This record gives sequence, C-alpha cells and structure tokens, in this order.
Amino acid sequence: MDIMNSFSLLLNGAWITLYISGFSMVFGLVLGTVIGLMRVSAKKYISVPAGVYVEFLRGTPLLVQIFLIYFGLPAIGMDIPSNIAAVLALSINSSAYIAEIVRSGIQSVDKGQFTASTSLGFSYFQTMINIILPQAFRNTLPTIGNEFIALIKESSLISVIGIAELTRQGQFIISRTFMSFEIYAGVALIYFVMTFSVSRIFKAVEKRMAIA
Amino acid sequence: MKKITILVIVMCVFTISFFSSSLQEIQKKGVLVMGTEATFPPFEFVNEQNQIVGFDVEIGKSIADKLGVKLEVKDMAFDGLLPALNSGKFDIIIAGMTITDERKKVVAFSEKYFDAGQAIVSNDKNKKFSSIEELKGKKVAVQAGTTGDLLVSEIDDIKVTRFSKFTEAFLELVLKRVDAVVIDYSAAEAYLKTNNKLYITSPMLSDESFGIAVKKDNMALLEIINEYICELKEDGYSQLYEKWFN
Repeated sequence: MDIMNSFSLLLNGAWITLYISGFSMVFGLVLGTVIGLMRVSAKKYISVPAGVYVEFLRGTPLLVQIFLIYFGLPAIGMDIPSNIAAVLALSINSSAYIAEIVRSGIQSVDKGQFTASTSLGFSYFQTMINIILPQAFRNTLPTIGNEFIALIKESSLISVIGIAELTRQGQFIISRTFMSFEIYAGVALIYFVMTFSVSRIFKAVEKRMAIA
Repeated sequence: MKKITILVIVMCVFTISFFSSSLQEIQKKGVLVMGTEATFPPFEFVNEQNQIVGFDVEIGKSIADKLGVKLEVKDMAFDGLLPALNSGKFDIIIAGMTITDERKKVVAFSEKYFDAGQAIVSNDKNKKFSSIEELKGKKVAVQAGTTGDLLVSEIDDIKVTRFSKFTEAFLELVLKRVDAVVIDYSAAEAYLKTNNKLYITSPMLSDESFGIAVKKDNMALLEIINEYICELKEDGYSQLYEKWFN
C-alpha cells in the first residue's frame, strides 16, 4: 500500500466523518432547540419529559447509545442501517447537550425582553422565535461551536458499528503497513483541519451577530 | 537550571527503562507481559471468573515459567497488537496470529505452534461454500486486521465490513445484515458451540500457521520461545490440544 493509496483511503474516511457529523449537527441543533424550548416551558407536562430526555442522554455513554440503536433495536423489530443509526445516535446525544445550552441561553436573556414583547402584543411563540431565541443564540454561539467540535471528534466511535470513518480507515491502513505513528499523525491532522474550520466558521458568525 | 536538567535526565532514564523488554529486563521485572485480544476462543477468551484463559494463554504461562517469572496478560484490539509490541507495551504477542510476510517485516516470529485456516460462517445452514471466491457479490463481515480480513479484501467483488471485535461481526450475521463472516476455523467452532443460529459452511480454507511475535531485536527471548515450542511439540502438545479443543 503506497502513500497515495493510503492518503485517498484517509480522505474517504474523512468524507464519511464529515457528512455524518454534518447531518448530526443539523438534526442535533434543531432537535436540541426544540427540547431546550420545552425545558423552559412553565407547563410541567412539557418540561419534565424534556428533562428526563436530557438527563438520560447526557448520563449514558455515547458508545452505549450507538450500540443500543444499532444492535439493540432489532430486538424490538427496528433494523436501522448503520449510516442512519450513526446519525441518529450522534444527533440525539448532541441534542441533549444543545438543549441545555439553548436553555441557558434563553434564561440569560433579560426578562425585560419578554415583558416588553408581550406588552407589545406578541404571543409566547412569536416572542420566542423573533426576540428571545436570536439573542439566546448570540449568547451561546461559542458553546454551540464547542459542541459541534466535540461531535466531530466523538464521531470516531461509530467505527464500532462497522462504518469506515476516518479513525477506522487509519487503523485499516496501519494493519497493513504497520506505520502507526505516521498514519495516526495524519489522522489527527485531518481531524484538526475539520475542527479548526468549524471553529473559524463560528468565529465569523459570532462577529456578524455581535452588537458592539 | 542544574536541578531541572538532572530531573529531566532521571525521567528519561526511567522512561527508557520502561520501554525495553530484553531478556534481562524481563527477568529483572519478574514479569513477562503478553499481548493478546481475548475474544478468540479457544486460544484466548474471558472465562466466567472474568480471567483471560486459553490455549495461547497457557503457552504464555509456560514460557513465563521457563523464564522464572510471572505472566501478565494485556488485552487489546487485535489490529493494535503489532504497533503496541513495537512500542514496548508488551514483550510477546500470542494471539492466534498468523505468520505472514507482511507481518514478518515488522516483528520477529517464533516457529509455528499451530496450523490453522479460515472458515466461512453463515446464518443459513443450507449454504455451502468451497472457497473464498464464492463470496463474490456478497456482504461479508470480518474482524479488522485479521488474515480473514486480508483474504476477503483481496477480492474486489466482496463488500467487506470491518469490526473491532468478532462478536460484533457475528451479531451482524445473526441480524442478517451481512451474508457471511470469515473467521479462523477453530474460533468459529468454539463460538458456534453456544450459538445455534449460525453455521460453518465451508471446509478449512487457506493454510496458515500461528506464531509468537516478539520485537525484532529481542533474539534472546525468541530463542527461549523456540526452545519451548520444540519441547512442547515433543511432549505435551496433544494434551494441551485436547484440553482446549474438545
């Protein structure tokens, strides 16, 4: 196996890591925002289930969640292909953390905003979507960026359900060339390029959303 | 400044000494560290008392006895064993590891201590394969880095999924997400004793020999290992085989 071959295999793995992480980020963000909104609801029958969801998903290892979805669900008749299982596991795990981030973001917005907008005639949802959430996101953008970076790195766990993502491809190449140090260094570099790009994108977004 | 340099030098000496595994070091430490992956019955597996036991582990114990030291077994993923050996994490690898030219480039192997081959395991007892080529167009699960993996990877038309552990590959087969698993014949027999949903559907394929791996510069240790293997083959091999294979 020569250098070019190894490199293209790593890039294949990187592509898989990227698109699985990408979908998971999007779904995780959307789902997490919904759960976060549920958490701040005054109605107990909404906020309590959301609370249970968050506690369970934060309180169990991602690896176990991946196994449960891929190897465990078939026992109750749900056979999910590995790609989808991976995105599912990563999304819902991420959504729990994002829900907490969104919740803290909402709670950090001045109560005055809420009072002012209701007095102007906005409904609860209108207030949330037009006034509160945008400010919440601006406040918590760095933390959300953190979560996405963590997601890219955690995605290496999906190799246990047979997905040929970046880390697994690295191990594959090493098992045939035995050049552990060089390959792992290359893998680390590629992960770094991905996470650094996310970090830069978030920096740019933060700048655009900043008030001052 | 002087104190720091002395501290650094002392730390380097300690670190270097942790990484050597020559014969004297082993006897000084009183421990022979053996690397393996304990998911490969009957060669190495975890028994009900949560201990790592097996054909290979007993060979390891005997070699340790011969050196007058204790045996410590380290369990890790198969495809990480060779790099770990070379970075000094253990002294020997006994892990049902086939001697191949590729592997000989990076480590030194002992004389062979077991003759083996691959088996094709399927979830359909009516299927019969007589060679790996017949898996063309099928989905096959293997354990990453094993000779089974290497064999199926050579054939372009096979869709291979690689798992860290055999247990997961078998799960895939039970769930019918793949058509077959390629694994060492004796390991297949051992696993399928407790599994009535999977079947061995091929004769023993390929022709492999297991060897014990040591770091390339560790010739003194290798000599002792080869001595032991010779002794074992003269007397005791069949008892050891009986014990673990029947």
